[in-house]
Amino acid sequence: MEDVITIRRLFKSFGAQKVLRGIDLDLHKTENLVVLGRSGSGKSVLIKIIAGLLAPDSGLVEVLGQKVDELEEGPLQVLRRRLGFLFQHSALYDSMSVRENLEFPLVRNVPNLTTQEIDARVVEALEAVGLRQAIDQMPAELSGGMRKRIGIARTLILRPEIMLYDEPTAGLDPITSTEINNLINQVREQFATSSIIITHDLACARMTGNRIAMLLDGEFQHEGEFAEVFATQDRRVRDFYDYNFTG
Amino acid sequence: MGAISDRAEARPHLFTPDIDAFFLTVHSAVVFVLRFFRSLVQRPFEVREILRQCYEVGCRSLPLITLTGFVTGIVFTKQSRPSLATFGASSWLPSLITIALLRALAPLVTALICAGKVGSNIGAELGSMRVTEQIDAMEVSAVNPMRYLVATRVIATTTMVPILMLYCAMIGLLGSYVDVHAHELTSLRTFFREGFQEISFIDAGFAVFKSIVFGFTIGITATYKGFTATNGTEGVGRAANAAVVFSMFAIFIEEVIIVQIIGWFRSW
Repeated sequence: MEDVITIRRLFKSFGAQKVLRGIDLDLHKTENLVVLGRSGSGKSVLIKIIAGLLAPDSGLVEVLGQKVDELEEGPLQVLRRRLGFLFQHSALYDSMSVRENLEFPLVRNVPNLTTQEIDARVVEALEAVGLRQAIDQMPAELSGGMRKRIGIARTLILRPEIMLYDEPTAGLDPITSTEINNLINQVREQFATSSIIITHDLACARMTGNRIAMLLDGEFQHEGEFAEVFATQDRRVRDFYDYNFTG
Repeated sequence: MGAISDRAEARPHLFTPDIDAFFLTVHSAVVFVLRFFRSLVQRPFEVREILRQCYEVGCRSLPLITLTGFVTGIVFTKQSRPSLATFGASSWLPSLITIALLRALAPLVTALICAGKVGSNIGAELGSMRVTEQIDAMEVSAVNPMRYLVATRVIATTTMVPILMLYCAMIGLLGSYVDVHAHELTSLRTFFREGFQEISFIDAGFAVFKSIVFGFTIGITATYKGFTATNGTEGVGRAANAAVVFSMFAIFIEEVIIVQIIGWFRSW
């Protein structure tokens, strides 16, 4: 199976704190890989390294055949056009309307589009997340779930090959969380994207993940399908499961 | 920027942590300025955003500049009159005020007002965008935030501060004229003719040059502080505050250096 992301022996520290301790990871084409772990375990650091927002201390990070930490600004930007990144708090540009949020990356990355073409792409992305009616609203007027959807629409407008979701259901109620999980699956089916979903929400992991990787103490300790990972007797994994499902 | 400071954090200390931190900050500021200059020649040029920022910096500062310039003109005239009157030289007031305003007061007053008003605004805005990951979102969507956020604002402050300075000088002279007219019944034409008698193009040129330097300083300092903000909302406040304090500090140092250079230039 073709890999779109390959990570080998990835180390990352912040001062004395060792966050990632020699991680290996492969993301296969069109799969949803869920990275599970407790808060502060380095999950977000991992996808920020993949997107080139943070530099690794050492190790190989290859995205779509290119070594991210060796890329100059220009080639890195070209690579980033093929990535979509949903931030934990959506990171919508709050001085711009929804339409402007979507147009912003589009007009700067796809030159020579006519106004009609731009409108069509914006509407298409909004329809994909079911929020066409919010086109002229400001981010401050949107609910948490709507902001997540618009965040996904903004990444979809560049038609990425890889989606990176950072805690897509954090802070959402169970119904809205389920809607976002369904949307993540729908995006994979409709746009044939490969995704890494960072979360500590097991419901999200179960609904969206084709494969689960459990990040513990800076390393992937358990990997496989949902049932496979949680069949372990490892106390740290059992605690994680019990806390999520039995409270 | 994140990646640069991040790599540095993993290194062992060369000196003490504080000295290391100082040199790392200097390094990061120099890299930031170099990235700014590089972004100036990269396409596409954000013309619409530059114009919007010029409006924000220029037009929105007009009321404050008008008030300050007018009051400065009146107060400086009132304070100077008794000293000149002692020597029977009240008629020199227009010349004195014009020289003082154009050479020193207008550039400095305008720069300090812009450092306070525009600098804090830019520092807070970019700081808020940094801590809410909006700048990261720009980077991952392949939009260069240096070009869109930093270059546009620095260009706006660098071009608008000199224009505001000339406007401030004119309003200051108008304020001065009001006071002079009230006391000496001097006509507007006479006031300006006498005022500009002692002024040369070099004075105006250096005043504009000074304002360009001040405008650049305000823009680059405020964007740097905002761009490198950390630690949530507290960091935003600190970025806004640091943008003002560092800009003002730099403006005073630049003022001393430029006045010295002008002095050498005149004597040469």
